[in-house]
Amino acid sequence: MSDKALLLDVVDLKVYFKIKNNKGLPWAPAATLKAVDGVSLKLYQGETLGVVGESGCGKSTFARAVIGLVPAEAGKVVWLGQDLTKLPHKELREKRKEIQMIFQDPLASLNPRMTVGDIIAEPLQTFYPKLSKAEVKQQVKEMMTKVGLLPNVINRYPHEFSGGQCQRIGIARALILKPKMIICDEPVSALDVSIQAQVVNLLKELQAEMGLSLIFIAHDLSVVKHISDRVLVMYLGNAVELGTSKALFDKPTHPYTKALMSAVPIPDPDLERNKTIDLLEGDLPSPISPPSGCVFRTRCPIATEQCAQLKPQLEGTSDHSVSCIHTAV
Amino acid sequence: MLDNKQNSEALSEFADKLEIEGRSLWQDARMRFMRNRAAMVSLGILVFITLLVAFGSHLSEFAFDDTDWGAMHHAPSIESGHYFGTDSLGRDMFVRTLLGGQISLLVGVMGAFVAVLIGTLYGATSGFLGGTVDRVMMRLLEILYGIPFMFFVILLVTFFGRNIFLVFVAIGAVSWLDMARIVRGQTLSLKNKEFIEAAEVCGVSKWKIITRHIVPNVLGIVAVYATLLVPQMILTESFLSFLGLGVQEPMTSWGALLQDGSQTMEIAIWQLLYPAAFMVVTLFSFNYVGDGLRDALDPKDR
Ligand SMILES: Nc1ncnc2c1ncn2[C@@H]1O[C@H](COP(=O)(O)OP(=O)(O)OP(=O)(O)O)[C@@H](O)[C@H]1O
Ligand code: SF4
Ligand SMILES: [Mg+2]
Repeated sequence: MSDKALLLDVVDLKVYFKIKNNKGLPWAPAATLKAVDGVSLKLYQGETLGVVGESGCGKSTFARAVIGLVPAEAGKVVWLGQDLTKLPHKELREKRKEIQMIFQDPLASLNPRMTVGDIIAEPLQTFYPKLSKAEVKQQVKEMMTKVGLLPNVINRYPHEFSGGQCQRIGIARALILKPKMIICDEPVSALDVSIQAQVVNLLKELQAEMGLSLIFIAHDLSVVKHISDRVLVMYLGNAVELGTSKALFDKPTHPYTKALMSAVPIPDPDLERNKTIDLLEGDLPSPISPPSGCVFRTRCPIATEQCAQLKPQLEGTSDHSVSCIHTAV
Repeated sequence: MLDNKQNSEALSEFADKLEIEGRSLWQDARMRFMRNRAAMVSLGILVFITLLVAFGSHLSEFAFDDTDWGAMHHAPSIESGHYFGTDSLGRDMFVRTLLGGQISLLVGVMGAFVAVLIGTLYGATSGFLGGTVDRVMMRLLEILYGIPFMFFVILLVTFFGRNIFLVFVAIGAVSWLDMARIVRGQTLSLKNKEFIEAAEVCGVSKWKIITRHIVPNVLGIVAVYATLLVPQMILTESFLSFLGLGVQEPMTSWGALLQDGSQTMEIAIWQLLYPAAFMVVTLFSFNYVGDGLRDALDPKDR
């Protein structure tokens, strides 16, 4: 990977939300919800990074902080050598040409009152207001063809399309500025399984064609395995394991990753019947009061007393690193 | 054979190039509205009343402030030309009812328009920007709510004298408060929709997000509320006129006519009946149209 250009370097990113208790007095101090608590990673050009973890572990918040939709509490988001968290609003806006996003709910991410053409053209018109109408239309139609939409539906409205088609519209909108990186926040979770594969393959094709980097967030491990070069596993706002797709899926190391993997069905029925699923005990702790030391210790099968005192950091090689006191790669 | 194939290929290519026109949510809503019998009839009545009120006075030979000395408290008749009769001063009731309608409708529509314009922008801005700005704007609204409306009007009237323009200002200034609250609520729920976030990611400016993405999406509820606001405005104006705070003689409004008519209803019931009938029909029609719009724009609510 190191032969490729470094695009994004996230250093110890933290995103905290202040949670006001409505029942309390107005001047009562707000609680702090640590949605993302110190995640670091690097993303290279043309690479796909998968992000997995259970619901509420901070995947979306991480993505939104990278793109600047929520302010970072601490840490750096270095994009091509420039720290985005320090950038004034106006310059950050300019970066939107290079970083784009695809959303989870295909229909909800499209303005119901705008035609498909207007939706896809909006980023173009925002950044290049001097473009003539005909030029914009030309580019929009080209992009629609590219994502597998018939250009003659340019005047239709989002509610006239299926979920998969809506997601293609969302992809076209994200691609029209020719960005370098796209953050996909569970882009296929809301789609039928058969459509999921189409959309994922479309993303892969477009990535190869345009040299895109992707951050691909998903629940579904098999989708992540299919599309990712490297995978980040998150738990309660922390990175617990990071590695190449091969290393991680062949040799899951962190107890949490192991539990996640064991829950994935294996295509071979014999193996599937004989395997054991390491069910995690207990519930996900609240990110308002995470456990001390290792955040996973309340559910970890191999936790010791030491785990409550020391907070493990990601350690290992650039190919595979894990954050656990008792296991190493 | 070959020709045929080429033909069909060319044809399908042509068909591909042809842009399909989509049906917007507005068009859908219009179709649903047109299928609503009561709303369509009411709309027809409203159009008719508006035209009559605007141009109908040409059908009569009398002016609104002419006194017909030979015909005071004259009952309605076709021959005399006083279709709706005359009032205690011998003025033609037909012309006066239409004039009253002009003023009442004008007050209603203008008041609603002012309320909608200010209320929508205020509410959308407050809801979208959120945080401290929102808090300050909402506190300001609450302070305005606290001002007693009637007191405010009486104050204005005693300071500046009776003036229809003041009635506009007073009604408009108070009625946008509700509108602002409604729009703010809608905006808050829209703000978390992904397409607003998508617009932000696309670099669209805050002002553009409000005008392009939020306002069009709250316009439905605004339209409904506005049509229901018009009859409310008309009623408020009538109420003010009834109290003697509205328009100044010899100008008139439906409310003022009702006030006059109520004093002579034992001897000349038509002086009450005609303006009352016009007003009731208008109010009903506005309410039916408003209901029809609500059903058309928000099909889930039915
Ligand atoms: N704007 C916000 N204000 C307060 N808390 C928030 C906000 N956004 C997210 N959170 C909290 O931060 C935590 C992480 O949420 P996030 O949406 O990032 O999780 P996620 O991993 O994307 O989950 P999912 O898989 O369900 O999308 C959750 O506990 C959530 O309640
Ligand atoms: S550090 Fe301790 S608690 Fe955390 S994963 Fe490792 S063994 Fe489990
Ligand atoms: Mg999420």
